[in-house]
Amino acid sequence: MTAKTLYDKLWDAHVVRTEEDGTALLYIDRHLVHEVTSPQAFEGLRLAGRKPWRSHSVVAVPDHNVPTRDRDQGIADPVSRTQVETLQQNVRHFGLTFFPMGDIRQGIVHVIGPEQGATLPGMTVVCGDSHTSTHGAFGALAMGIGTSEVEHVLATQCLLQKKMKSMLISVDGQVGPGVTAKDIVLAIIGEIGTAGGTGHAIEFGGDAIRALSMEGRMTVCNMAIEAGARAGMVAVDDTTIDYVKGRPFAPKGAYWHQAVAAWRELHSDPDARFDRVVHIDAAGIEPQVTWGTSPEMVLPVSGKVPNPDAVTDEVKANGMRRALEYMGLTAGMPVSDITVDKIFIGSCTNARLEDIRAAAEVVKGRRVAGNVKLALVVPGSGLVKQQAEAEGLDRIFLDAGFEWREPGCSMCLAMNADRLEPGERCASTSNRNFESRQGLGGRTHLVSPAMAAAAAVTGRFVDVRELN
Amino acid sequence: MEKFETLNALVCPLDRSNVDTDAIIPKQYLKSVKRTGFGPNLFDDWRYLDPGEPGMDHGQRRVNPDFVLNQPRYAGAQILLARKNFGCGSSREHAVWALSNHGFRVVIAPSFADIFFNNSFKNGLLPLILDEAIVDQLFHEAEATPGYRLTVDLQAQTVVTPSGASFPFQVDPFRRHCLLNGLDDIGLTLQHGEDIRAYETRRRTEAPWLF
Repeated sequence: MTAKTLYDKLWDAHVVRTEEDGTALLYIDRHLVHEVTSPQAFEGLRLAGRKPWRSHSVVAVPDHNVPTRDRDQGIADPVSRTQVETLQQNVRHFGLTFFPMGDIRQGIVHVIGPEQGATLPGMTVVCGDSHTSTHGAFGALAMGIGTSEVEHVLATQCLLQKKMKSMLISVDGQVGPGVTAKDIVLAIIGEIGTAGGTGHAIEFGGDAIRALSMEGRMTVCNMAIEAGARAGMVAVDDTTIDYVKGRPFAPKGAYWHQAVAAWRELHSDPDARFDRVVHIDAAGIEPQVTWGTSPEMVLPVSGKVPNPDAVTDEVKANGMRRALEYMGLTAGMPVSDITVDKIFIGSCTNARLEDIRAAAEVVKGRRVAGNVKLALVVPGSGLVKQQAEAEGLDRIFLDAGFEWREPGCSMCLAMNADRLEPGERCASTSNRNFESRQGLGGRTHLVSPAMAAAAAVTGRFVDVRELN
Repeated sequence: MEKFETLNALVCPLDRSNVDTDAIIPKQYLKSVKRTGFGPNLFDDWRYLDPGEPGMDHGQRRVNPDFVLNQPRYAGAQILLARKNFGCGSSREHAVWALSNHGFRVVIAPSFADIFFNNSFKNGLLPLILDEAIVDQLFHEAEATPGYRLTVDLQAQTVVTPSGASFPFQVDPFRRHCLLNGLDDIGLTLQHGEDIRAYETRRRTEAPWLF
């Protein structure tokens, strides 16, 4: 038998039929839905007189537009409110599983899926959101889709797709203390570029990935899309199975044992061939900070802002010049000289319990620096928030001068009231540093939760490992 | 979906790589529950000098005269020329709707981000890949020649310049078929309803915990 990659196994298990040109009908096990990319899909369904093929496969939650404080007053922005209410009407109309605002299980769709066990190894998982790649951490084939595809999956339980190429990114050896999953994935993106994974499904492997918790693996897979890949994944091992066990949607009893036996096969065979293999030396990875307006514009914290004049590719050099101007930085400036105005600890990349704990550890006994106008912690879900509070982490942040908010996407994309003002500079644990992503004219530097916490207490980017 | 066969149209050159979907349509406009009305907000942050919000009269806003879309010579362009990795970032189909609503039928670039590429076909917008050197040549010609038009022939799979140079391009046969005929994916897939049910029956035995 031919050796298969993890992606081959997941793909083969879900092909319903294949057209002559290789376009396949791929069966979808789990469909996660949020308020922003679904209204037009539900409307399309209704206009065509269609019903969801398998409503049981859908889990819906509002996350992008929800306020992170004063929730008892509802959503102030009428346009945001309409969108969340539209989701509510749609789930009621079609009879779908729903965690509304106010439900302890509500949160960022990519945090609550795994938390509830709605994401399981071996599944195909889709959502109208590019960060669906997060769920690949479970040895699942998880992809972001557009609204037309949301409608297609609702109506047919399938996705029309051609098989992607495969890429293995092996992070060899172990990272040093203070270097996190976020630093690993930013270093990967710095290495292969934001289009490095285009057309590929990436499997993340190597000892440094194996050593990560599920939270860490989710952080890495979350940003596969920032490396251009629609899907990122990690093979199943004990870490995966231990995480899934006992979660509300996870299989129980005899099904549990049957499922675990099947999940144990969810790894690439030793002789499996990938279209591309990239090796990264874990020991060489430092805490990372992005300096520009694309996630590939990233540096180790000890680095200096690069000089576009030293780049021969004119299109690239112009992009760098535009980024420097937008970010208000000059070539040659040490990263550690960059001061910040706001701190955002949250998002589907870094708002899980482990992330909150890592930030709290740095903040404990310290104060937010005088030049920092606002420091936000936005837990990824109601349950993350509850557990963090049970551990007293909220007190650590509040005592230091942080704000402790309700769960949602918040300032990652600023669809709600949490945003940067023009020219403000933010140390953010989110995933995108695009122009105006966090608010018109806002300047984003992507970092790990520990690095964001260190920036909060010092007012600039410092190597968290050197913070005494 | 609107059919796509041939198009002869004005070309607008947007000389940037890694144009992300946040730039194509900023987040505040994603709050709409409709598929239409995004045209005035295409490239909103680059196109206007004042901040935009949904519900504004965008005709009254201060336009950025330097932005290529605002230059009179490119008014009415239906072909957008861009650099590599166009459409990266978020999965928002609103980016495709904004380009379509504005009047674009084709985007030509050396490469596209996967989700954007896929979304385009679902809306009759043709994402067309040409070699970087050819794209570079088209940029030079479009910028040097007022009224520069290209002919895109999906049947023949060619892009023809005003001087008669013809560049072939690749497109998946299935996607080409759907575009040429304006076919609805969902209707096509539902014709295979029996296959989907057969798959479910088999899968229910192999992996019952999924059902």
